[in-house]
Amino acid sequence: MSRVPLRPLASILNARARGENPDVIERENIRRRNEETRDRDRQRAEGRLLVLGVFFLVGFALIGLRMGHLAGSEPAEPRATASGNFIIAQRADIVDRQGRILATNLTTHSLYAQPPMMIDKERAARELVKIFPELDEAKLIEQFSGPRKFLWIKRNISPEQKQAVHDIGDPGLLFGPREMRLYPNGKLAAHILGGAGFGREGVNSAEVVGRAGVEKRFDEYLRDPANQGEPLQLSIDLTIQDAVERVLFGGMRLMNAKGATAIMMDIHTGEIVALASLPDFDPNDRPAPVTEGDPAQSPLFNRAVLGVYELGSTFKVFTAAQALDAGLVNPSTILDTTGPMRWGRFRISDFRNYGPELSVTDVVVKSSNIGTARMALQIGVERHKEFLQKLGFFEPTAVELVEAPTGRPLLPRQWSEISTITISYGHGLSASPMHLAAAYASVLNGGTKVTPTLLRRDRAEVGERIVSERTSAQLRDMMRQTVTRGTATFAEVPGYAVGAKTGTADKPKPTGGYYEDKVIATFAGIFPSHDPEYVLIVTLDEPVETSGTEPRRTAGWTAVPVAGEIIRRTAPLLGVTPVIEPAGVDGLTLTSN
Amino acid sequence: MRSIFFIVVALAVVGMASWAYQENYRTQGSLREVERVNAEIAGLRETLSVLRAEWAYLNRPDRLRDLADLNFDRLGLLPLAPQQFGHVDQITYPMPDALRDALPGDWSADLAVTDPIEVRGELEATP
Repeated sequence: MSRVPLRPLASILNARARGENPDVIERENIRRRNEETRDRDRQRAEGRLLVLGVFFLVGFALIGLRMGHLAGSEPAEPRATASGNFIIAQRADIVDRQGRILATNLTTHSLYAQPPMMIDKERAARELVKIFPELDEAKLIEQFSGPRKFLWIKRNISPEQKQAVHDIGDPGLLFGPREMRLYPNGKLAAHILGGAGFGREGVNSAEVVGRAGVEKRFDEYLRDPANQGEPLQLSIDLTIQDAVERVLFGGMRLMNAKGATAIMMDIHTGEIVALASLPDFDPNDRPAPVTEGDPAQSPLFNRAVLGVYELGSTFKVFTAAQALDAGLVNPSTILDTTGPMRWGRFRISDFRNYGPELSVTDVVVKSSNIGTARMALQIGVERHKEFLQKLGFFEPTAVELVEAPTGRPLLPRQWSEISTITISYGHGLSASPMHLAAAYASVLNGGTKVTPTLLRRDRAEVGERIVSERTSAQLRDMMRQTVTRGTATFAEVPGYAVGAKTGTADKPKPTGGYYEDKVIATFAGIFPSHDPEYVLIVTLDEPVETSGTEPRRTAGWTAVPVAGEIIRRTAPLLGVTPVIEPAGVDGLTLTSN
Repeated sequence: MRSIFFIVVALAVVGMASWAYQENYRTQGSLREVERVNAEIAGLRETLSVLRAEWAYLNRPDRLRDLADLNFDRLGLLPLAPQQFGHVDQITYPMPDALRDALPGDWSADLAVTDPIEVRGELEATP
């Protein structure tokens, strides 16, 4: 391109001749040149923008077309990979700690009818009633002849029933595939598993949702396809659970109790090995919740976590633990047990008179209310409260059952000195057996807090320290003596050195006050007591033992023999080797009486 | 020269086309095979889950207990008791071969490992 000179000689000369400033010409030329450059640059930029715009347009058009195509086309699984095979069931299995199946799925069919397509409605109804006796023929005919175009007949039918319905040969009877939740062990561990039912339902599939227990608590986990069918492993052991349930059922019958519960827990990890609550139900056919009467009497009621009871003398261990740990007493400190003890307008007395004084060990062994009350008074209200709070008696247990948060302990509205006294021996505070199991484990495993869990844990997590190692050992020794010479002698199982504490609490009337002849009998124990591995809680609701001349209701006669039998049956199954227990370290202090 | 070149190219095109055609069909065949195998796997998995459910159902503790009771004469099964635990010291180990050969007398009868069920059967068989 030709470059225009800024100061063309001819123009300059002309300008000079005219007496004008030649600089004006130069400036004019500079301006012109700048304008040219600007125009060129703008054109170039516009061209680039256009190209860029075309690129974007094409890009967006491609993405848009692809999206439209994806949205409009039928979804298909990738055919060349095997990844589509992971999901085989819509709900994962639940297995016990050894991998044995507790809950699984079964493909079945549902049966529905489309009356407009039916040929012989009367015959179809007649034949259906032959296959399913629970159906009502008249009602079926009425439904078939009505205006309905669609109706469910059965939610789940077996392959044999399906074949039988097939053989009726009516084109209006149709089947839809169904996945059914199956609990192969029947009633076993019913309260833990809870049960499942259908959620949203269509002809071709139905959602299986958990109704209660672990099934509901882990509903999302079990249905999450990202787990690729990985089963949910519980801490429950099927054989132990069965043995516990069976012995407990026998014991409940024998002791004429109307309900019973047992919890067996690993004392170090907090894994619940067995959890039974009677009466129970079959989760394959979960009964409808009761709408009238006392829900606590329903088979659906899980006494182990929902039933909050005054657990009686089993609480004395906590009082003794705190007094020992605070250094207020030692196992041989002598306490005044002259009864009855008066506190304001209250009278505290023992089950029978144990004489004017007892050592701390004997207070626990013989279960003296007065002795415990004296310890509680030494501890004081605030510290006592704080200790029980640390043991978890102020909030629901953290166990993984959907019901657990409902099992909130009942605390006295006003925590006065008399509350501390009565709670020190287990009256005035209601907690669930699960609370008791966790607290016993925390105090007796060496003194670190245990959180109960239903999931299998690989190793123990050492929790917050509750009492010292030494206090824990002293308490274990006291509990051992309770079995050898105290209130729980029926729990003696040779080779397993059971240590235990009993508790018999009068049942509170709904109207206030206590029943004379209805009790909650509780056994709380550990085995082997010199090196504890498991903690066992057994609670019987309104037991009466009638083999003697008069009915006996104390835990020593009711819950303890049942617990002893449970330990005898389950300890070998748990792989606890029977040993000759080491001689008592403080044999010399046992000089009372 | 040129015609030869054309013929070679034409042959090459025909060859490539038939190769592509075959590959296409083989790929489709493989895909069908994969699909069939996938369906088979799915079916087998379902069968497996049914069998596992059945296994769990047949091994439910209730049934096993009833079976143990029913066959008590033959099996003599009782609940596991603490006395059944042994210590490894209580087991006599078989004598090392060298020692047995060195010692006089016949040791084989004492040391033969016997299956308790077989022995029981033999005992029952002999009047």
